[in-house]
Amino acid sequence: MASKSLTRTDSGKTRRVIVVGGGLAGLTTVIKLCEAGVPVDLFSLVPVKRSHSVCAQGGINASVNTKGEGDSPRVHLEETVYGGDFLANQPPVKGMADAAPGIVYMLDRMGVPFNRTAEGLLDFRRFGGTLFHRTAFAGATTGQQLLYALDEQVRRYETVDVEDEKGILVKGEKMVRKFEFWDFLSLVQDDNGRAIGIVAQDLKSMEIDSFVGEAVCLATGGPGIVFGKSTNSVINTGTAASAVYQQGACYANGEFIQIHPTAIPGADKLRLISESARGEGGRVWVPKDAKERRRGKDVPEKDRDYFLEAKYPGYGNLVPRDIAARELFLKCFHENKGVYNDKSQKNELEVYLDLTHIPEPTLRRKLAGILEIYEKFVGEDPYHNPMRVFPAVHYSMGGLWVDFERREDGGLVRGSARNQATNIEGLYAAGECDYQYHGANRLGANSLLSCIYAGLEAGPSIATYIKGLTKSSFDVGSSVFEKAENREKANYQAVLKMDGKENAYKLHEELSIMMLRDCTIERHNAVLDKVIAKVDEVEERSKKIGITDTSGRANMGAQFIRHFKNMVVLARVIAQGARNRDESRGAHFKPDFKQRDDENWLRTTLAFYGENGNKSEVKYVREFDYNVAGKPLHATDKVDITLVTPRARKYETAGAASAVAATAGKDDKPGKDGKKETQAQP
Amino acid sequence: MAKRVVRLKVLRQDGPHAPETKRWEEFDVPWEPQMNVISSLMSVQKNPVTADGKTVAPVVWESSCLEEVCGACTMIVNGKVRQSCTALIDQIAPNGEVITLEPMTKFPLVRDLIVDRSTMFESLKRVKAWVNLDGSHELGPGPRQSQENQEEAYPLSRCMTCGCCLEACPQVNATSKFIGPAAISQVRLFNLHPSGKMHAAERLETLMGEGGVADCGKAQNCVEVCPKEIPLVDSIAQVSRQTTKHMLFGWLLK
Ligand SMILES: Cc1cc2nc3c(=O)[nH]c(=O)nc-3n(C[C@H](O)[C@H](O)[C@H](O)COP(=O)(O)OP(=O)(O)OC[C@H]3O[C@@H](n4cnc5c(N)ncnc54)[C@H](O)[C@@H]3O)c2cc1C
Ligand code: SF4
Ligand code: SF4
Ligand code: FES
Repeated sequence: MASKSLTRTDSGKTRRVIVVGGGLAGLTTVIKLCEAGVPVDLFSLVPVKRSHSVCAQGGINASVNTKGEGDSPRVHLEETVYGGDFLANQPPVKGMADAAPGIVYMLDRMGVPFNRTAEGLLDFRRFGGTLFHRTAFAGATTGQQLLYALDEQVRRYETVDVEDEKGILVKGEKMVRKFEFWDFLSLVQDDNGRAIGIVAQDLKSMEIDSFVGEAVCLATGGPGIVFGKSTNSVINTGTAASAVYQQGACYANGEFIQIHPTAIPGADKLRLISESARGEGGRVWVPKDAKERRRGKDVPEKDRDYFLEAKYPGYGNLVPRDIAARELFLKCFHENKGVYNDKSQKNELEVYLDLTHIPEPTLRRKLAGILEIYEKFVGEDPYHNPMRVFPAVHYSMGGLWVDFERREDGGLVRGSARNQATNIEGLYAAGECDYQYHGANRLGANSLLSCIYAGLEAGPSIATYIKGLTKSSFDVGSSVFEKAENREKANYQAVLKMDGKENAYKLHEELSIMMLRDCTIERHNAVLDKVIAKVDEVEERSKKIGITDTSGRANMGAQFIRHFKNMVVLARVIAQGARNRDESRGAHFKPDFKQRDDENWLRTTLAFYGENGNKSEVKYVREFDYNVAGKPLHATDKVDITLVTPRARKYETAGAASAVAATAGKDDKPGKDGKKETQAQP
Repeated sequence: MAKRVVRLKVLRQDGPHAPETKRWEEFDVPWEPQMNVISSLMSVQKNPVTADGKTVAPVVWESSCLEEVCGACTMIVNGKVRQSCTALIDQIAPNGEVITLEPMTKFPLVRDLIVDRSTMFESLKRVKAWVNLDGSHELGPGPRQSQENQEEAYPLSRCMTCGCCLEACPQVNATSKFIGPAAISQVRLFNLHPSGKMHAAERLETLMGEGGVADCGKAQNCVEVCPKEIPLVDSIAQVSRQTTKHMLFGWLLK
């Protein structure tokens, strides 16, 4: 036993866990750890209140069924699994769907100003891939409101003294210590590879330091910036996940990148117009005539092609994102029917997203947050003009591989040290940086949920893990930490001395343009080979970067070079994974392999980092061994499909995503879309 | 046709203890459609050469969301405090005017356009801006709330701790202890919530002494610069009334 106390080592040191990342997943993990009496050091690139989760607009799913539609966690599970094209392990999805109503209630108690019904209950709206009103929302800035609520609870723990089991206060120690404007560089591992701390850099003073942790949890979000411009925040480079991958963590399903169909163009970022716009009744269309010159609002009904509604009468504008994005690409790119732009004199990769038929007060109450963004950045009034939108990289289904312990009935064993554990002992992962909940395609409003749920699992799981430790990280000799610290200091000094001809920002642009063009909506093997060759080239050239800033303070340039190099590593994982997977599933679509191929590809892509000479490479495996809490375990790429049997995905028919939904919906809402069928049995 | 350029004039300084490095530098960057201040600074990163041809270290700034919800990128653009990510070049310099960028002045400088706003987060701690939750375990739904209550709380809850209001407030300065409007408005928010209310007194007490709500000079500058249009003056008036009431009757009501 490391110690009988969870808060103190035998030698009297405060036992802390390190959480890197203060988005929804990280903050939830911190709260759960604090409730278990475990003090935390929380690291973040930006003040946690500015984490990327703040951008989420539309809402969070929970089958509370307040509208009497017959929704239930079972339906939520089925639709999530179906939406993800059966690539997700089902027990964690079940755990998440079952926990969802409780999560929304918890957030409600924390003070999230969710929209209300006339009776004072939580209001819910529709989102993609379902027929139910399942999405709780706070205007169109739900992510911000959720993040703030969790941030406030964590701030409260910053003021709470550490207390040991006997109720004795540990002087001068607070439950949470925040390290904001710190960049995670790497793990500190002991001789057995166990994660016992981290090395990080203060982004103001540029000082590099090591920190001890009984365990480390990464909740560092997604890698959208690998694709250059995306809907993501600029800090979403995936650098931390890439760093631990290079230290031996397994990265799973990296090739599954979600493209959101409705964003607005920008010089620095592609701003999202949330799916909630369609959830509230927004309609997608293009003019029937490709040469249509009239402005959107002047095009009469008869001259409009509502192509999603026409092709998918069952789910209409609310088909899942992979399908919507592909249809849009088909219309605009292959059929050249995108909205005609007078200035550029061509049909752009743009369609109309139309809300103008909805009364303005309703829009203001439910969608003001996103319409404000459109107004600000496009300079056009979306209340009276159909918006022009186009597809953008949005979310990574793939991420760090994490384990789970399955309960008899299919859910997870709460508090098992295996839940959210990576294959590096002592390293946990939660949130968008893990791969666990969405399979090949994420349904809208399921991410805020999965982030919080992952945190709810990670907290108790880590508490169990540290209870079982035989040796505290705080009792490991300081030389291990010094060594790790010195390695990172040397790396940093080397960056400061780079005097080549390449500019890191331009190199990033080159890589990301290719990733965006060739590794997103449609993927062709011959083209992917070129992408991989480009990754090779960029990796080579990245050794010849010239540093533009040698300042000892707030050196953004040096930091970017590090992040960029880590992005190149992830780009390879994404591109190579896409090259290998010869089938189409969810967000991964190959015109040359249009079918889903369960026989060969109903399996998780498991990637390990390797080096060959002075070149990085990806090693794909079908199985591997790992330890959790000293227990040897074995993982394979087999997907746990024990709860919902795979079947073909068909959103043409209402209720197809869930057999239960088709019948349940029938009793309560007969005939809304006429032909609800129960044929969608597995 | 000559390529259109955007001229930035940036107030730079290498660090708080290096006032001798304070200087204006100008940069010309190529114009692009839908460009904003951040994307023009990104352009400087790609080619950090001043308008008079000197290669310098690229300007540093803070940003994250790029859609005006995170509050990170606040700076003084053409003399006005605001988020730089929503400062569209075509709007702020439609005819190619020079764009000046300066760091906020009410917070300690880190470098160039980056300042340290940790006092704002400390203030949130001081006023106990949270609901005192029993725990995150399942306890069923929260208290029922009317649509009106939600509609009053929601705008207050959109405060992104950006600092514009503090920058604009004449009462916030190097010699005063005034906590500023943002934190006061958060007290209103939490005192409005059905369970937050139970700890209203504690919050009010944090605003009663020096640097509290009474230090507001009612200049109303704050409300004009708040990007989220938070009714800060209303909040201050409400909280001020609450503290007065608490001062007069607080002990009796306890
Ligand atoms: C525009 C937009 C709208 C969205 N809308 C919705 C929606 O309506 N519903 C929904 O369910 N999902 C939505 N999503 C997806 C969802 O917002 C994200 O998947 C989710 O917020 C990710 O949360 P997270 O906790 O995993 O990470 P993040 O919120 O991204 O937080 C990552 C944290 O890690 C820190 N970090 C990262 N790297 C390092 C490092 N090297 N060192 C130290 N700290 C580091 C960051 O500072 C940050 O604190 C949306 C996404 C976008 C882009
Ligand atoms: S009203 Fe009060 S808080 Fe607002 S700017 Fe004036 S003095 Fe400052
Ligand atoms: S009140 Fe407004 S100006 Fe002040 S910090 Fe909040 S959002 Fe910014
Ligand atoms: S970058 Fe977030 S507000 Fe501007």
